[in-house]
Amino acid sequence: MFKKFTAKEDIHSRTNVKSSVQRGLKTKLVEQFPKLESVIDDIIPKKGQLIVIKCTDRLSLYTMDNEVLFLQRFDDPFIPSLRLIHKYPNCFPSVKVDRGAIKFILSGANIMCPGLTSKGASLPEEDYPVGTVVAIFAEGKETALAVGKLAMSIGEIKKVNKGIGIEVETHLGDGLWSLELD
Amino acid sequence: MAEEGIKAVSVLYCGVCTFPPEYCEFGGTLAKCKEWLEDAHPDVYSRIYSEDSLAKTTEGLSLEAKEKVEREIQKLQAKEATKAEKELKKKLASKVIVKRVERSKRKHVIAVSGLEVFGIDPKKLAKTFASKFATGASVTKNVEGKDEIIIQGDVGDEVEDYVTSLLEEKGLDGIKVERTEDKPKKKTQQ
Ligand SMILES: [Zn+2]
Repeated sequence: MFKKFTAKEDIHSRTNVKSSVQRGLKTKLVEQFPKLESVIDDIIPKKGQLIVIKCTDRLSLYTMDNEVLFLQRFDDPFIPSLRLIHKYPNCFPSVKVDRGAIKFILSGANIMCPGLTSKGASLPEEDYPVGTVVAIFAEGKETALAVGKLAMSIGEIKKVNKGIGIEVETHLGDGLWSLELD
Repeated sequence: MAEEGIKAVSVLYCGVCTFPPEYCEFGGTLAKCKEWLEDAHPDVYSRIYSEDSLAKTTEGLSLEAKEKVEREIQKLQAKEATKAEKELKKKLASKVIVKRVERSKRKHVIAVSGLEVFGIDPKKLAKTFASKFATGASVTKNVEGKDEIIIQGDVGDEVEDYVTSLLEEKGLDGIKVERTEDKPKKKTQQ
């Protein structure tokens, strides 16, 4: 998704988010990620200035103090940045891939079902629907390496067990990870 | 039950590849990463690279699967290392050009080109020059369609020093910063 992303080519504008809009945004974020409720004021403090950066392909980056917090395409669900997931690892739905899947994810591939159902992997009990935004962890690692969107429900991934299970939105080392704002 | 206050976790990032150190093995600069980590965070280093934790990472797999995964990772590491080496070679074979251009009898501008190979953002650098030398600096495209920083004033020496130190900071000492001069051609009688 961010293979070719560069600040120079893909950033079109930066706008301060008005405080009223900022409040609405926080409500929406908590609706999508209920576990953020107790920390949303730490992530986006009342007095902090949220900036929205509009990019190519109707992509918006919500940033504060030059760090990307969330991204959003058009008005699809919000996607937390990897660094935000690193700070709040337990506040987002998550899956764990097996060790073999790591290198594929880091080279920009989507995640195939077997990488999510093998012995080293694990899926949540809860049957999240298609489109759910999930943090992606890996066998033997503590930190998340990617963020993605379910291409099948968790139940289907377990049952069908072939094809793409998760579309990867952003991963360690991609253009968004390496983006420097100032 | 009272709600536990959730605190932000502070994750350590590798000073070489920027990944959390446990993912350095996938980044293609493992040797350098390990060197950095052992020096900067010996505790984390021993946690990640001890025999014990290395064995644990593939606990769930059969021996064959384990060997296969490790082989593939080694292949990837070798590939990434070659790529990094190639990029470095390209950098070492490139140079930055600092050109002095005479605009009128006593006015000069300095044009800096060749920065993109080294991952230097020309816009940022132009801003730095503008404030550092209290002068005008802008980015334009030169005849080859490449970015060029134009700095008002005869500040070639200062620019050379600054670019050289910037390259050194990036571990790119030995990169040539070439000085050239561009004078308007005098009308000659024929
Ligand atoms: Zn590293």
